[in-house]
Amino acid sequence: MRQAIPLAAAAVLALAAAPAAWAQAKSAAEGIAEYREMLADGNPAELYEAKGEEVWKTPDGPNKVSLEKCDLGKGPGVVKGVFVELPRYFADTGRMQDLESRLVTCMVTLQGFKAEDIVNDAFRKDEKGDVEAMATWIAGQSRGMRFNLPQGHAQERDFYDMGKKAFFYRGGTHDFSCASCHGQDGKRIRLQDLPNLTGNPGDGIGFAAWPAYRVGNGQMWGMQHRLNDCYRQQRFPYPGYISEVTIALATYMGVNAKGALSVAPALKR
Amino acid sequence: MADPMRIRAQAADGKATVRVLMAHEMETGLRKDSSGNKIPAWFIQDVTVAHNGATVMTAQWGPSVAKNPFMQLAVKGAKAGDKITISWVDNKGDKRTDEATVS
Amino acid sequence: MQTRREMLAHSATVAGLLAAAGLLPQAAQAAWNEAAFSAKTLADVVKAMGGSAPAASADVSINGPDIAENGAVVPVGAATTLAGAKRLMLLVEKNPSALAAVFDLTDSVEPNINTRVKMGQSSNVYAVAMMADGKVLFAQKEIKVTLGGCGG
Repeated sequence: MRQAIPLAAAAVLALAAAPAAWAQAKSAAEGIAEYREMLADGNPAELYEAKGEEVWKTPDGPNKVSLEKCDLGKGPGVVKGVFVELPRYFADTGRMQDLESRLVTCMVTLQGFKAEDIVNDAFRKDEKGDVEAMATWIAGQSRGMRFNLPQGHAQERDFYDMGKKAFFYRGGTHDFSCASCHGQDGKRIRLQDLPNLTGNPGDGIGFAAWPAYRVGNGQMWGMQHRLNDCYRQQRFPYPGYISEVTIALATYMGVNAKGALSVAPALKR
Repeated sequence: MADPMRIRAQAADGKATVRVLMAHEMETGLRKDSSGNKIPAWFIQDVTVAHNGATVMTAQWGPSVAKNPFMQLAVKGAKAGDKITISWVDNKGDKRTDEATVS
Repeated sequence: MQTRREMLAHSATVAGLLAAAGLLPQAAQAAWNEAAFSAKTLADVVKAMGGSAPAASADVSINGPDIAENGAVVPVGAATTLAGAKRLMLLVEKNPSALAAVFDLTDSVEPNINTRVKMGQSSNVYAVAMMADGKVLFAQKEIKVTLGGCGG
């Protein structure tokens, strides 16, 4: 396997067309760090947080009720601190659920929506867009908290194991697995550092950075969308929205990130 | 009416720093969709900032302004409790006005 | 049985009716300057905005990064330390629409405005200050736009 080139050197190579780059006092890596810092204040994700809060509180669906009694793992209506403990086992549904699948459950049981309709929506559209906005707001309610997914229930441990299997499972036309990009320290695609997700990659990195607003396309992505796109990049078939494999992968990554600081919703390239 | 803006205004040293995030696509009119058709230009053209009802700044924007625009300015003499009102109008005539209290 | 979507559409209709009836605050502003926003060079933009020939000045500054990881969102700002600035403008030389934004100031705002622009490629960025005495001053900075990676 090819050795990863140190980030700064690769950045300089990327700018090789401009001879002045060699003479710059600031390295490209420093320049990009400065750019990211300049964008840190005023993350458009805040617009989605505001929207998500409004959706949560607004009566909707055939039953015309709000989601304010939805139980995300810490009791009906509790939104603070739930994000850093998901996915987890829920006794009422008898299964492991992540944030987005739990929101769908509540939209079905409390508001009377049909799950298939939400699952079939395109990302960012209609009720699925509402789920993502609420996920953005709820993630923000755990800002500054550290990941602490429960592993007390047998299913929670099983899903960790399943997630680990899925993470290392090679397939698709390119024989990729999640581990191909995220299985070792120091990997990079062009100027993007690829966090090692087999352990805790650090505060605000990897699992701790989604949902995120992607500056490049101006879109707000939840973890489900992020995983969907990972599979696309691996040339795999798309996973089902809120399917077990996505929840298992999130469990694996989330448990590995134990103790990491959440910065969601974050700002991404 | 379009989606709400997020306005933050903080007073310090005899002025208020106002930061606003607006929800808008800011389409240039040059992008093409998957069928090859140009997506029509759709962007904020006029912005007004008022302090306690008095206009303190107006702006004209073009399609080069980024999607979900962010703007930061400092209003002299604004103090806690004052009102900052920001309005925008886009090239289709859609508009939005939001208000925030200086903290 | 009204969904939230229908309710929002309804209130938008109401807001539209109120606006048409003149019951919502209207911004009284000059017409959007099409000529300025179609101009291709700094000189042409300034001319279209009714200004005299622009001169470089150390009293005008641009706030912005040296490198933008993604050209879709580049934070830039225009500022001047001089008193009497009536207008600040930001231009991205190589953009199809070089003039990005015009800010008309009153004495109640500091002559220092920050926003975010799209940059199609590495380009010079100009901050222009149009002064009360008729002078037009500018600063320029090159901002490189680089390719990021594929993923998150």
